[in-house]
Amino acid sequence: MEAFGSLMGGFAVILTPTNIGLMFVGIILGVLIGVLPGLGGANGVAILLPLTFTMSPTSAIVMLSCIYWGALFGGAITSILFNIPGEPWSVATTFDGYPMAQRGKAGQALTAAFTSSFVGAFIAVLMITFLAPLVADFALEFGSPEFFSVYLLTFCSFVGMGKGSPFKILISMAIGFALSTVGMDTVTGQLRLTFGFHELMRGFDFLIAVIGLFGIGEILLSMEEGLEFSGKSAKINPKVVWETWKMLPRFWVTSLRSSLVGIWMGITPGGATPASFMSYGLAKKMSRTGDKFGTGEIEGVVAPETAAHAAGTSALLPMLALGIPGSPTAAVLLGGLLIWGLQPGPLLFVEQKDFVWGLIASMYLGNIVGLIVVLSTVPLFASILRIPFSIIAPVIIVICAIGAYTVSTAMLDVWFMLGFGVIGYVFKKLDYPLAPLVLALVLGDKAENAFRQSMLVSQGDLSIMWSNKLVGSITTLAMLLLFWPLISKIIAKIRPPKTPDFPENQPVD
Amino acid sequence: MADHSPSGPAGAKVLATNSTVDAVVAVILFVVGAVVVEESYRLGSGWTDDGPGSGYFPFYIGLIICISAIGIFYQAVFSKSRDKGAFVDREQLGRVLSVLVPALFYVLGIVFLGIYVASAIYIALFMMFLGKYPPAKAVMLGLLVNVFFFLMFEVWFKVPLYKGKFDPLAFLGY
Repeated sequence: MEAFGSLMGGFAVILTPTNIGLMFVGIILGVLIGVLPGLGGANGVAILLPLTFTMSPTSAIVMLSCIYWGALFGGAITSILFNIPGEPWSVATTFDGYPMAQRGKAGQALTAAFTSSFVGAFIAVLMITFLAPLVADFALEFGSPEFFSVYLLTFCSFVGMGKGSPFKILISMAIGFALSTVGMDTVTGQLRLTFGFHELMRGFDFLIAVIGLFGIGEILLSMEEGLEFSGKSAKINPKVVWETWKMLPRFWVTSLRSSLVGIWMGITPGGATPASFMSYGLAKKMSRTGDKFGTGEIEGVVAPETAAHAAGTSALLPMLALGIPGSPTAAVLLGGLLIWGLQPGPLLFVEQKDFVWGLIASMYLGNIVGLIVVLSTVPLFASILRIPFSIIAPVIIVICAIGAYTVSTAMLDVWFMLGFGVIGYVFKKLDYPLAPLVLALVLGDKAENAFRQSMLVSQGDLSIMWSNKLVGSITTLAMLLLFWPLISKIIAKIRPPKTPDFPENQPVD
Repeated sequence: MADHSPSGPAGAKVLATNSTVDAVVAVILFVVGAVVVEESYRLGSGWTDDGPGSGYFPFYIGLIICISAIGIFYQAVFSKSRDKGAFVDREQLGRVLSVLVPALFYVLGIVFLGIYVASAIYIALFMMFLGKYPPAKAVMLGLLVNVFFFLMFEVWFKVPLYKGKFDPLAFLGY
């Protein structure tokens, strides 16, 4: 129960009026980000990151992680009321959430969504509390081959678990790595891939890529549709909340299963989006009322929301314990840690106890605060969506530009942001996944260093990746996932597959 | 994206199909990959006296880009299940450009006028021309939003933003 004591210490760290205040600010900003098209968890946190440079790291991470929780909550509002998923992971919530709103049960659907988000996150935080220190402890023994094999596993699991063309996942990842090598090589001091432009010496900051790819790209996509919002109105009063809460315990099996799916997909970088679809699909298959899914079943809201929130939360586990983020947003938070001078990874648990446990404690509190805030302010946020797009769009572009500039106070970055925006638009339309690109850009340096050091040790012999049981099994698992698209094809040839009853319009995260 | 009829959603003229754009992007990415490989080779992709050279890692990354690009190109051009859906029709492209082109001028505006002034002008013009709002309302909102940003960044959080080559807000003393 050492973790429990540390957790209490964490509560003591964060229970100050300032931190509680920042928590509320973070949640409200987060829900706003989640509701507005073009601003999502990843680029919202990226844009707001510079605002926290003057704060203490603990206050800063409290606010930023609360923005993240807020964004996770906010996505559900637009899905249910407007049938527009504010975030990719809330697409599955529209399947049953919007039909419920159409039948006048918007309040119920929202309460169910928020509450199950809370449950999913809570179970995931419990898991983090007890598992993260163990993982960190274990990882203290890691050498560079072990670290490289974990990086390899991270990226190969994108290929193995992703939807769509494996080539596109692979190339998206490789582009991220290529961009991360631009600039000064930290080992030899040589300039790489700068082609004589001195401005490129700093390299590409992944925050710029995140803001451009997810922010500007999303605005361009929304604009193409000529978006007009027409939503259902929502009234939430304590009576509806209470009555929905009385119904929810019936779905405890679904909640538990969805949490587990979410936790698994969050730790391995499957991400919140596939987690929500997978859990919706499983609930549909296993529920007694499964054939009614899609017509407004409350269970069809519970399943994806629980999983998405559980995945979003548990994505922070590998980020904290290993320094390997499980999602783009976790990657942005990791970038924040680096900027504040904290080195994420196993040593964080030894050297920065206050910070780590403060963060974990803030996950508990932040989700409670989040639940209270969203339940009480839904009508307000729903009315924001009625602001015409021709006002929201330029304001969001301005916010993105400010965010891109503040990352390293460089004007060139604003141009890069526009460039990444166009790339994001084209890639999204062609179903290139963006998450591997961002993660590769973040982890590029570290993965390369781990690779180089391993190669130095073995004098260029790749067999070091199988030199002991641990590194060997991780590498083998990674290879299995990398070639999974091929393997599953061969399996399908031998045994013809059942027809998939999964929703077809599953987006790539 | 979900629409797979060759004429696009509103019957507008389709400018390119998904498979065409896919192939073109694959070719561009192949070139990018080739450049990375070439540059890494130049930097030293092999083994130097004190370990792997600067180009050791990017060399393989470039190779992965090239190989994947060939795979995507093959899938886009020869695959039976290639996506013949509309990538973009004329109307959609018009809408996208109507955001993208002003955004380019906006960033150019920042270079000279700084973030606050350029943003106020951009928001006001966007609302007037794309949102068909009365000028008075548009200008007011543009100003309000940027006064808020100014207070938030310069005053509250003390994060100075770019003031531009001409620095029209120099009289404020921030």
